[in-house]
Amino acid sequence: MPENASHSALRVSQLRKSYKDVRAVDGLNLEVCAGECFGLLGPNGAGKTTTVEICEGLTDPDSGDVEVLGMRWSSDAAQLRQRLGIQLQDTQLSEKLTVHETVRLFRSFFQQGAEASEVIARVQLEEKENSRVGDLSGGQKQRLALACALVGDPDFLFLDEPTTGLDPQARRQLWELIEEFKESGRTILLTTHYMDEAERLCNRVAIVDHGKEIAMGSPRELIASTCAEHVVEFTAGNASHALDESALRRIEGVREVRRQNEAVHLQVSELHTAVPALLAELTRQNVPLTEFRTHSATLEDVFVNLTGRHLRDE
Amino acid sequence: MSENTIPDVRAAAEKKSPRTHSFADHPLVQLTLVRFLEFIREPEALFWVFAFPILLAAGLGIAFRNRPADVLKIAVVSPGLAQSLQWEKLLEVQQLDENAAEDALRTGKVALLVLPGLAGSVEYRYDDTNPEGRAARLLADRAIQRAAGRTDPVAASDQLMREPGSRYIDFLIPGLLGMNLMGSAMWSIGFAIVDARRKKLLKRLVASPMPRPYYLISFLLSRILMLVIEVGVIVGFGALFFHVPFRGSLLTLFILCVLSSLSFSALGLLLASRVKTIEAASGLMNVVMMPMWIASGVFFSSQKFPSLMQPFIKALPLTAVIDALRSNMLQGANLSQMMPQTGIIMFWLVICYALALKLFRWR
Repeated sequence: MPENASHSALRVSQLRKSYKDVRAVDGLNLEVCAGECFGLLGPNGAGKTTTVEICEGLTDPDSGDVEVLGMRWSSDAAQLRQRLGIQLQDTQLSEKLTVHETVRLFRSFFQQGAEASEVIARVQLEEKENSRVGDLSGGQKQRLALACALVGDPDFLFLDEPTTGLDPQARRQLWELIEEFKESGRTILLTTHYMDEAERLCNRVAIVDHGKEIAMGSPRELIASTCAEHVVEFTAGNASHALDESALRRIEGVREVRRQNEAVHLQVSELHTAVPALLAELTRQNVPLTEFRTHSATLEDVFVNLTGRHLRDE
Repeated sequence: MSENTIPDVRAAAEKKSPRTHSFADHPLVQLTLVRFLEFIREPEALFWVFAFPILLAAGLGIAFRNRPADVLKIAVVSPGLAQSLQWEKLLEVQQLDENAAEDALRTGKVALLVLPGLAGSVEYRYDDTNPEGRAARLLADRAIQRAAGRTDPVAASDQLMREPGSRYIDFLIPGLLGMNLMGSAMWSIGFAIVDARRKKLLKRLVASPMPRPYYLISFLLSRILMLVIEVGVIVGFGALFFHVPFRGSLLTLFILCVLSSLSFSALGLLLASRVKTIEAASGLMNVVMMPMWIASGVFFSSQKFPSLMQPFIKALPLTAVIDALRSNMLQGANLSQMMPQTGIIMFWLVICYALALKLFRWR
């Protein structure tokens, strides 16, 4: 990356794209620094994939400007393709070919990069090297897709929902591989609707909804800026003893009270003062407590706070 | 015996391979290789391309094998007529009473009924739309006239043709070859592309630095590779089991097959240029191929269609291919004698390829 005078690997400004009457991307601005893992977060249909595909040069925007590694798709497409590693959402690689044949095919398109077997070993598929793609598990297929993205030794890796539909173990395995790539100092743009994935992998994230950016920053910053650090969830009261919610707001350290069906969500800054006060209040009101749990605030809570919806409302 | 040498060779190859770009690592070679592997790992495709045409040719070859001319059955009602007809070896004469004879004619048991008319004349009763009836009428009349003393003013002798080159199987093999060239080129290209588009594999490929024309060229190259086997199997079968003649040069035949295959590949590419589902693709393929299966002279001569339709039938790519194959194999025509046909094939190749490139969608 020495030829990059600027320090940004990707710069997107005022990006717009509509499909028929749907505005998929609506005036989006992004800047991804070289060497960071940047997450594009949002619910299904937020415009993440459209944005990424415009950055990958697969879709033309209606308007706006995209600069990748200091180059533009209109003038430097061939050169850019050599330096990007791309993994698309739900690509099905040919089932009749073996893992080795598939990686070798992709390797042949790049001028540089490691041998096929080496890349296969890097994604821990050595044992499956001569198996047909059709015989791989979901996690193994995703690792193969990652191998095909890594085979040209890219400076910039695009991952579109790399772990969607995988079991927890397969997800963790893939995260480790992505972290390895990150440690080598290269840039990643990742889309996901899993908050834990973004929190673990990304240096910075942009939360998008309806094609617009609604928040941007590191996961910690976002959590700290938009909501309190802890979330208390409980269910209390019954038909004879209803809960008086307004009293809860007066408890010290409680920032917000929200009711979702039976459950009550409190955002609190200090657990050790808020929880005893909450329990005392419930005792005073004489309402029975049926469920109680606390967790540190996550990006999910940030999203709920910003939009009033859950990320994975499907 | 060579067990010792193999590991050495492989080790040497592995040592050399990093960073050197061998021929096998060229994207076009890899793409073509992958096409080929995908094809041979598909058992159904192997059946349709190789086994099916052979089974069809064998079945039809047996069904339409040449037999001695059929003996025609006729009925007579008077012993005198039976007498004069008995020398005609191609007729089997039954003497029946009039009612039974009428019955036999009506039910098709006999092709002709011969009745004595007034004053020594003869009456023939038969269905003139039935070729057997007409043939029986001619044979019976000749026998009766000769028995009554007629002599033919012109001496005639028969020379029978039952040698290779004029049988149905000789007509059929070039037809099946043409049909197979069309089917395998169109199905293999059309399906592979639509399937890759459906699985978003096309999109994934264009996201890589793969040179796009290579992808399409790899289909044509793998076609030619398959062609050698395909044509070899059908032609070899015809030559070995039915002694189908090859009067033209084999090189001309091969050039013709390559040209035809490229032309049908371009047609397949055109049909697959936008379609997103396998169902739509197979519907479209059938709509395009069906008229050619019927009209282009695979199983029977395309001349049987009315002359009004002939210009259209002649313009179909499969008609041109089959006509050219037949004139090469059966009449020994060379390329310059097949200019009209090769012109039509080239025309389709250029038009379809140009349109396909214009219309093709990678996603």
